[in-house]
This record gives sequence, C-alpha cells and structure tokens, in this order.
Amino acid sequence: MHRPIVTTPPLYKRVAPGVHPPEDPAYRSTALRHPVEPLVTIPQTLSEITGPVYPYDAIGPIDSDLTRQHAAAPLGERIIVEGRVLDEDGRPMPRTLVEIWQANAAGRYAHDVDAHDAPLDPNFSGTGRTITDEEGRYRFVTIKPGHYPWGNHENAWRPAHIHFSVLGPGFLTRLVTQMYFPGDPLFPLDPIFNSVTDPAVRQRLVSSFDIDLTIPDWALGFRWDIVLRGREATPLLA
Amino acid sequence: MSGITPSQTVGPYFGIMLSGRNACRQLSQGTTGTRVVIEGRLFDGRGNVIPDALVEIWQADAHGHYSHPEDPACAAADRHFNGYGWAHTAGDGGYRFETIKPGRVGAPDGGLQAPHILVSVMARGILARFVTRLYFGDEPSNAEDATLALVPEQRRATLIARCADDRRYTFDIVMQGTGETVFFDV
Repeated sequence: MHRPIVTTPPLYKRVAPGVHPPEDPAYRSTALRHPVEPLVTIPQTLSEITGPVYPYDAIGPIDSDLTRQHAAAPLGERIIVEGRVLDEDGRPMPRTLVEIWQANAAGRYAHDVDAHDAPLDPNFSGTGRTITDEEGRYRFVTIKPGHYPWGNHENAWRPAHIHFSVLGPGFLTRLVTQMYFPGDPLFPLDPIFNSVTDPAVRQRLVSSFDIDLTIPDWALGFRWDIVLRGREATPLLA
Repeated sequence: MSGITPSQTVGPYFGIMLSGRNACRQLSQGTTGTRVVIEGRLFDGRGNVIPDALVEIWQADAHGHYSHPEDPACAAADRHFNGYGWAHTAGDGGYRFETIKPGRVGAPDGGLQAPHILVSVMARGILARFVTRLYFGDEPSNAEDATLALVPEQRRATLIARCADDRRYTFDIVMQGTGETVFFDV
C-alpha cells in the first residue's frame, strides 16, 4: 500500500472575521440557506492546501474578449477590466483561472431564469475566462453591465457588477465574488454589497477608473486587483 | 500588504459561466481506481430542495496523491484523473459526480486520513461558500480519521455518504435545521 508523504507546504493564514460576509437578514434568500450550527474548526491538511487546476489548454484569446464572441459587436459601452491576482502579502498568483459572467448593457443575463423585461443581445453571451500571466495579471474586454431589478424588496435594484470566479493556487484560495464600478448610486441600497459591513473592506469590491488603462477613441479602463488568502511564514514540519 | 477580497454570492446565473467550461469529466479510460457515483440533493432550512447551487469537489487519486505541485508525491499522481469536479444542482436539488474513490492522504500528525472528498457549496442566498467533507460509509478507517474526530459524534453522520453498493454513494447536503450538515472553518 502507498503511504503518502506527510504535509510539508506552508499552511494558509486563517481569514480574519469581517472579511467574508455572514448571513445577512437584509438579503432575504440567506434566511434558509445559512447553517445555524457553528462551523467546526479543523486543521489544514494536504487536501486543503492543494487545489483544483483547470485544464487550461482550451482557453483562447476570444475567451477574454466578450465583444468578439459573436458575428457583430454587442451593444453598450465597451470597457477594459484589468488587474492582478495577488495574495494578501502582495505575491502575484500566476497561471490561475479567472472567469467572469455578467448582464448585458440593458441589465439582462443570457440565462433562462432571468425574466427581467429588458432585451437580450444576440451578440453578447456575457461570459469570459482567462489565465493570469507570470505577474498575476488578467485582462478582459467587455461591455459595461446594466443595472437590473430583483425581488429582494420593493423597488430593489442591483448596482452594476461583474461576477468573478477565481481558483487560486489551492482549495482554500477559491473565491467567487462581484466587482463593482466606482460611484454607483445604488451602493447604499444594496444588501449584497453591504453584507460586507466594514466600509474599508467593502471598498475592496469596487474597481477604479484608470486613465492609463483607457484606450483613446476606444474604451474606458477599470482596474481591479483580487487578493486571495496568503501563507504562513514557516512551513509546518511534521 | 493588502486585504483579502471579500466573497459575494454566486447568484442565480452562474450556469452561463459553467456552460462555457469544458465538460466536467474527472475520469478517462486510463484512470486508475474504483469507479464510484456520488449523488445527492441539497436542502434548505425548510426542507425545500435548492435547485440553483454550485457544488464543487476536490479529491485525491486512487493512491491518495494530488495532481498539484504542492503534493510532494505530485509526480506519482494519476495523469488520467482530474480531482476537480463541479455541478449545478438540477430542478430536484440533485447533483451527481462520476469519479473514483480516493486513496488515503497523509495527515499532519504523520498518520493517514480516511478517504475523503472536499466539497464547496455556493448558491444564491449564500454570501461566502461553505466547505465540508464527504467520507465513505463503508470505510473502516473513518474511525481513526483525525478531522472526523473533531466533529461532535452526534453530527458525524452528516459527513458520511451512504452506500447503496460499493459503487454508488448518496450524500445529501442540508444547509440548515434538522440534520444540518457540518461545515468547516479551515
């Protein structure tokens, strides 16, 4: 029988309370979908420190340009979204999968469940994926997503956002989140955005307009870095 | 130094993202190990099924090796096995993975863990993913697993997949209430 080797890679730092949002009564769907029992704290093992590696070979340049996936250009304001995937100690996270999905310029997802009375755009699927480069950089070209209503409360509207999914180097770095745009008037009214209660932490979800990323006569640029869990300084010696 | 990016809900529309991925295939003809089917349903705090959840799994190969550079035995990992699986629950709250039973992975204390699969649950109404572990109901080594031992005894059964036979396991996930699945802080 094989006897696997004991864990030696450095552990991941624990996440401080207040970063990832807990249950939020203002976001009604959380009521029946959050456990009421406390989480059980367990040590990290090789199982948690390793993690998924997506088969990258099938990803091409069109996958990160949501404006070139169909016969014609989608409607709406073309934008560039660029940033780096880092860990909390500022180390770049190269060769990791970054995926996005979003509503079109009218605020409608190309998804059967979305019943919002806004037009679909036959030239916009609203999904993209890419792999970070050696400096942890990713870049998407897309359309600025529209605002849309949802059923959470009377006259509820989501701030414009792009969903992000990041694998990172291990199971513990897996992150699914949403990127917002600076100055959105719906910020104070959105329970999902405000589920992150510390304003400084919440601000990490908001991209910055960047004139240096902006391409003349073509598209505005927004910069957004994604920060994943970092490692303990010293490896665990078993 | 900068702070960790907070999680936000995966929402109801992640299916359009998944549909652009390659099909989720963990196995190929050359994969070593016992083929198993893992299936189950997700339930909310009222016992309603959750038809819009993203269930992800991560597991070792049949010899307990991870195909990942931080496993010291990575070079020996099965090149014909992908330890990462994902599924969108169906209208009946159900999910299904066709995979292999993982081998035993080393534990931090130098011993061996019982065969297990890590599970992440995300959904509309879940702001940050919940993680749990699946163990196999017909596995004697569960009794000596250090992680399982940290779970209050009366709740351990929520982590153990029931086996219909040696190839088919049922693992229901209850987010809240009676029979609530144990979730971990790790």
